[in-house]
Order: sequence, then C-alpha cells, then structure tokens
Amino acid sequence: MTRRWPGFLLVAILLLAWEYASATKLIDPVSMPRISVIAASWAKSIDGGALLQALLPTLGRIFAGFGLAVIVAVPVGLLMGSIPLVYRLLEPITEFIRPIPSSAYIPVAILFLGIDNEMKVFVVFVACLFPILLNTHGGVRAVDPVLIDTGRTFGVSPLKALWQIVLPAALPSILTGMRISLGIALIVAVVAEMIAGNSGIGYFILDMQRIFRVPEMFAGIFTLGILGFAINFVFLKLEGRLLHWRGTGAEA
Amino acid sequence: MHDAIRRPDDRSVSAAPATARAAAHAGEPRPDGAPAIIELRGLTKIFPTPGRDLTVFDNLSCRIQKGSFLSVIGPSGCGKSTLLKIICGLEPATAGQVRFDGRAVSDPPKGMIYVFQQYTKSIFPWRTVRENVEFGLRAQKTVSRAQARERCNQYISLVGLETYEDYYPYQLSGGMQQRVCIARALIGEPAVLLMDEPFSAVDAMTRAILQELVLKIWDKLAITILFVTHDVDEAVFLSTRIVSLGRAGAGIAQDVAIDLPYPRDQIATRAEPRFTALRQQLFSSIFVQEKTGAAPA
Repeated sequence: MTRRWPGFLLVAILLLAWEYASATKLIDPVSMPRISVIAASWAKSIDGGALLQALLPTLGRIFAGFGLAVIVAVPVGLLMGSIPLVYRLLEPITEFIRPIPSSAYIPVAILFLGIDNEMKVFVVFVACLFPILLNTHGGVRAVDPVLIDTGRTFGVSPLKALWQIVLPAALPSILTGMRISLGIALIVAVVAEMIAGNSGIGYFILDMQRIFRVPEMFAGIFTLGILGFAINFVFLKLEGRLLHWRGTGAEA
Repeated sequence: MHDAIRRPDDRSVSAAPATARAAAHAGEPRPDGAPAIIELRGLTKIFPTPGRDLTVFDNLSCRIQKGSFLSVIGPSGCGKSTLLKIICGLEPATAGQVRFDGRAVSDPPKGMIYVFQQYTKSIFPWRTVRENVEFGLRAQKTVSRAQARERCNQYISLVGLETYEDYYPYQLSGGMQQRVCIARALIGEPAVLLMDEPFSAVDAMTRAILQELVLKIWDKLAITILFVTHDVDEAVFLSTRIVSLGRAGAGIAQDVAIDLPYPRDQIATRAEPRFTALRQQLFSSIFVQEKTGAAPA
C-alpha cells in the first residue's frame, strides 16, 4: 500500500481540479457538480440506505452468475483441455458464441426469463463463462507432458490425475480467467439493471439521472468504482494465497 | 533405517557387505547369472515421419539382471530415452515385448518408477518437499498416516533433505529438486528405478555428489537401476554393466561388464587404470559414430 501513494496523490489532484473547475464554473456545475457536493450526497445515500439497498441486489447477481459460471466452466474447460473429442465437440460452439457481446443476450433473456433476477444472473453467467472456460482450457493445454507422465509412472489414473495434477497445474491460468470474468460480471450486471427492472446500482444510477439528481448519480458511479477496486483487491489477495507456492509474491 | 528400508525378499544381498555384493556384480552380462528382472524381446520402435519412417531400434533383445546397475549410452538421437520410456510403459513399442518380472508391460507397471531428466517439470511445484515425497506413496493404499509420515522422514533424510520438509520447490536449488524427485520415486520401494539423464541439468559438483547418493541408495535398497546418460564417465563410474547403442536402428553396439570394485569413490575409482581403459574404449566407439554419422542439425 505504501508504495502506491503516487497513484493516490494523482487521484486526489484530479478530484481537487474537478472541485475547482466546477466551483468556478469552468465546467457546467449542473452536469458536473462539485466533488464536495457529490461526497455529501454519497454520505447521505449510504446513511439513508438508498445506495446500500441498490448495491446488495447487484452484488448478489454478480456472485450468483459468476459462481455458476465457475461451477460450469472449470470442469468443462478441464475436459476440453484433456479429452480431444470434447474439445472438437465444443470448440465450434464456443468460438461462435464467444464474440457476441453479452449485452446482446439481454433482449433474448428477457423473453425467456423476464426482467427479474433470473434474467440478470443468467446474463452475468453467460458473460463470465467464456473467459473462465478459455483460460481453463488454455491452462490445461499448457500443462507440461512431463508432469502428466510423472503421474502415470506413479500409477495415477487419468481421472485422479485431472484432480491431483492437471487442476493445480492449471490453477494460475484458471484464476486469471476468473479475475477477468469478475470485471465483466460487474459491467454486465449494471447494463442489465439499466435496461430492465427497478433494483440494483445500475437502475439507481439511471434513475437518478432521469430525475436530475446528478450528485446522487455520480455517487452511484463512484460506488461502482470503489466496488470494482475492492473486488479486484480481494481477489488478488485470494490468488496470492492460493498460489503462494509460486513464490512470485503476487501481492496486491 | 538401513534395515527398515531394505526389502525382505532380498536375503542374498542384505546379508552381504557392500564389497561382497560388488564382487557378485562383477561378471554381470552372463545370462546364466542372476535372474532377469526385465527382458526385452525383439523390441522395435518406428516413429512415423512424413518423408521416411524413422526406425529407432529394430528387433532389440536384452536381459537385465535383478540388482544390476545398467547404463544405456550412445550417440545423440540413438533412442536411449525412448528405450527407457518403452521399458516402463510410458511409450508403446511398435513391435516386440518388454517383460517385467515375467509379465508383459503395457501401461506403467507397479514396481517401476521413472525419474525424469527435467526435474523442474516433474516436481509438483504446489507441493512442499514432504508432500512431493508423500505422493510416491499414492499407489499404495495400505499405508496408514503415521506410517506414511515415518516413511517420508526416512526417505527425505536418505536423500539428505531433512530440515527442508516444508519448503516449496521454488525455494530449492536444482540439485535439491532432483533429490526430492528421487525420494519421491524411492518411497514406494520400486524394484526398478529408471533414470533418464537425471543429472545432466545440475552443475558438476552437485552431479558428483548425486552420483554417490544414487550408488549409496542402490546399495542400501538393493534395487535394479536403469540409467540413461550421454556421459561415458558417469556410466562407467556408476554401472555394473553398460549397453552402448549404435546410431538409430543399429541396435546394441557394445555390451560391457564394468568390473570395477564397489564401493566406488569419486576420486579413487576415477584414478584406476581400469576406469580409464573402460572409459576410453566406450568413449572412442561413440565418438567415432557421432563424428562420422553426424545428422544434419
């Protein structure tokens, strides 16, 4: 943390510049209110519970969709990486679905699942699926054959090898995929909330904009920034804990 | 610890001191000597390549005595490592058979463990030294937790890694990592240890120390060791018998019994005229082949 002060200093300077520019009407104070005003409304929104109320459903959707994606993508990725037939079977579908932006599924998902949680969790799930799947597959492909042969010489069955050798060897790559997915999950959840429904931080931001409560709108946006930062920070810590055997000191 | 590790079926050797054992090894290549633990029958390996199929060996036969230390040497690309992989079932033969203890080998059999040249890729980086060594007990389900721990301690100290039990591989030197791989291979008490250029990636001093370690283990545990190396000195220093392969497809060029006495010593043994003579004989034959038939690199 201590070595990061230049970065935080820059943030502080930019915020001060914003405050100054807005106060002196260099920028339009209606659409860009002063930081102090935004901060005050942020405190009030947190205190009044409006922001927290908006945040909790979003968090729930992110982690539900992400969790489901991990449960599905890691085993499928392991199989794709180790059984050529599974790879040949799934590769064309994967390559077709993967480039479609996940927000494009939202209209379809609304048709089938409505505008509530199910739809949003589903969209987050689909968005998270591919980075985890592809990174797991890539990680498995990159496992050195010597490591596999080592298992074989010790009489480890292919199924056990998947769990005891392939999974830990591919873990760094799997975790990278998971980290990418978490970032995407936040984006997609907010977009879905803006398009349909009446809960979540995405809806909160859009709603505040519609009723011209611009400071609250910014409070919501900043909350997203803090949330993304916090999720990434916690995940890096977790990653460092799980991969401590690499000794690279992957500290956040 | 000496007695604890020794296999019970090895009465003849456990009773004899090291020197007596060495004497018994001396006349090794006679097929009427000790029983063969491994038999290669008409082994053929062909790698299909686009232009012309590459025959690595053609109808290779050989008997390997129980308790011997057999080194396989030969010019680069002669199929030394391939032969070792076929023997332990990691790679299929095109034709012919490997028999281990009277049974044909298809998959990696129990009782044979392969030690890889690339120890950095063979060690499990996410396991500590103890956990890596413990992995060698996987195949045996009859071992209790307490026994497993005790055995681990035994083999960790056998390879001289006590106090490093809880280190991760990235914290160890190359020589230490290969020691971990050796302990992991030995803890399941295999009858045969197959070592594929195990010391080619460590520095010269470490190599000399590990060579003595392997000889000590071979003597103590009375196992059969098949050792592939490109280093003729190393082969002569370690082995009871050396099989020198010719260029790919040429088969066995020389089959030499190494009648140097055990225990061998890095300084005394290497100073013996007999050592030099054997080394010279083998080295020149390989060197000539390497020079005349040098494949376009």
